[in-house]
Amino acid sequence: MDMIVLQLFNGISVSSILLLIALGLAITFGLMKVINMAHGELIMIGAYTAYVVQNLFASYMPDEAFGWYFALAIPASFGVAFVFGLVLEMGLIRFLYGRPLDSLLATWGVGLMLQQIARSIFGAPNVGVTSPEWLNGGMTVFGGVVLPYKRLFIIGLVLLCLFAMYLYIYRSHSGRRMRAVMQNREMAACLGISTRRVDAVTFAIGSGIAGIAGCALTLIGPIGPSIGTYYIVDAFMVVVLGGVGKLVGTVFGALGIGMSNTLFEYWTTASLGKVLVFLCIVAFLQWKPMGLVAMRSRSLDN
Amino acid sequence: MLLRIRTMPPRRIWLLAGYAAAAAVLFCAPLVLSDFRLNLLAKFLAYAIVALGLDLIWGYTGILSLGHGVFFGLGGYAMAMYLKLDASGGRLPDFMDWSGLTALPWFWEPFGSLAFAVLAGVLLPALLALVLGYFTFRNRIRGVYFTILTQALVIITVTLFVGQQAYTGGTNGVTGYSKLLGFSLASPDTKRFLYWATVVLLIGAFLLCHYLVKSRFGKVLRAIRDGENRVRFIGYNPAVYQMVAFSISAGLAGLAGMLFVLHVGIISPSMMGIVPSIEMVLWVAIGGRGTLGGAVLGAVLLNSAKSAFSESYPDIWILFMGALFVVVVVFLPKGAAGLFGQLKRIGRRKAADEGANGVRHPAV
Repeated sequence: MDMIVLQLFNGISVSSILLLIALGLAITFGLMKVINMAHGELIMIGAYTAYVVQNLFASYMPDEAFGWYFALAIPASFGVAFVFGLVLEMGLIRFLYGRPLDSLLATWGVGLMLQQIARSIFGAPNVGVTSPEWLNGGMTVFGGVVLPYKRLFIIGLVLLCLFAMYLYIYRSHSGRRMRAVMQNREMAACLGISTRRVDAVTFAIGSGIAGIAGCALTLIGPIGPSIGTYYIVDAFMVVVLGGVGKLVGTVFGALGIGMSNTLFEYWTTASLGKVLVFLCIVAFLQWKPMGLVAMRSRSLDN
Repeated sequence: MLLRIRTMPPRRIWLLAGYAAAAAVLFCAPLVLSDFRLNLLAKFLAYAIVALGLDLIWGYTGILSLGHGVFFGLGGYAMAMYLKLDASGGRLPDFMDWSGLTALPWFWEPFGSLAFAVLAGVLLPALLALVLGYFTFRNRIRGVYFTILTQALVIITVTLFVGQQAYTGGTNGVTGYSKLLGFSLASPDTKRFLYWATVVLLIGAFLLCHYLVKSRFGKVLRAIRDGENRVRFIGYNPAVYQMVAFSISAGLAGLAGMLFVLHVGIISPSMMGIVPSIEMVLWVAIGGRGTLGGAVLGAVLLNSAKSAFSESYPDIWILFMGALFVVVVVFLPKGAAGLFGQLKRIGRRKAADEGANGVRHPAV
């Protein structure tokens, strides 16, 4: 019983991180059909921002305040990654609309450069981020099961981000414009929506969420220049599995991959588990080629 | 033959002469290059075979595969398994010993024969590609979805090879062999022979791809690239063509992997991971997708540049490679081969402008 609860919790924990990473990808991919391989490096930027904030707190703030650096690190990570995303969109991505495969290659090149720059600034070895005191320890539920506060905090953070995204996409004016562009770009442009600006803002928001994901990852382990590449392919699988266009798809895609990954790895070994997850995804796509939730469209080529 | 040449347009004749000259240079290279350089060139020519295969599937069919590292690696492992068994001389390969195995795993048994290993090195990757292609192209999973799936294939294969240390040698890969059929792999004579074998196989692969591209099959591939649905409406089944092209492409990558092992003497998961797989795509992109000569040229040029720069300035090389990706994709979608075309077009336009000043067409 304890084992089952623990595995379930691990699964949800992995899923929540995948969800946070895939959320930004799903938005940019769904809206602009742009594959942003530099998303992993935006995660890295978020993680290093948290590291820098922590160092600033350690050197300039009184010791009592150190525990609260994380409250500042989250918005800071979002902001820095947001700005990076905006610059990336303005400088590169907008030349690549309508060429998804090319966007993949070009952003991979950008990611490579960002990784190397990070290596030059922060050094190649991983750096550790000291988690705030109040996140150490865990909550004991029945029996001997201890749920670490850090993981619970991340799950809470993901839920909060999800809720904020929901409010933004489905309950705000700019979210409505975004959905309009997503569903029918030409029509939206005819109605006077500046699709250029929607694209830029959306891409920046997706990048900002990647920054938050990076900030959350600092709680789990040390961070390094290649931290993003470790998660990026799994996150793309979430998008493929979940389908493009709706938040629900991404949520279920993340839950599906995160849970099955944990379970298969528990039953078999880590390497075999990954193979099984991949086979399941390919098998699932036989049934629903467009993923779990796909936006309906009458167009033939998309 | 002479008659055909006489009726060819002059451009074709020049192209043909260029290819013949390139082949002649490749055959004569051992006369001028040092053993070390020759070995490097042999490695690059093996890479060029991968680039040919990738060009077939990406440049001509419009399907981007980021999984060619896997096919390359499978070919490499097939050859390395034979060499390793040969070197162990009937005993268990050393890494299995360390991992506590007592008997040879069943799937290692047939690799004791060179013929089987060579066949498997080409057919296994081709078969894997065929199966993956069947399950994706049949459902019209294409474009970025397919690309992401191939990338996932790379991740799981690398994890699997690293994880199953007892069977695959783990992170270290399969290494520690020195003889092929009794000839030492390190001796200059063997190296020269292997180099020529690589040149012959590269030319063979080039001719195969050239034939495929020029045939009706190749025309259908290009039609799929330019408008898959129209091809379907005409009555073709694009999935079959995509599967076959992907499979041939994977087989060529496997062949290249085998040659690579013979030249370099090691195969490990790090040579089939995400970064090598994407680098392979860069070779084709920089040389020019959709031109076979461009793919070969891209592989050789970029790898020469890499070995020249990366040893002394690895940091700069990575920055340079990233920038190259961005520049090529955004500004030179047709690569170096396209650059020649662009220059020629500019030249022709200039000539046309001058002509326009002199002669007035009645229509304008």
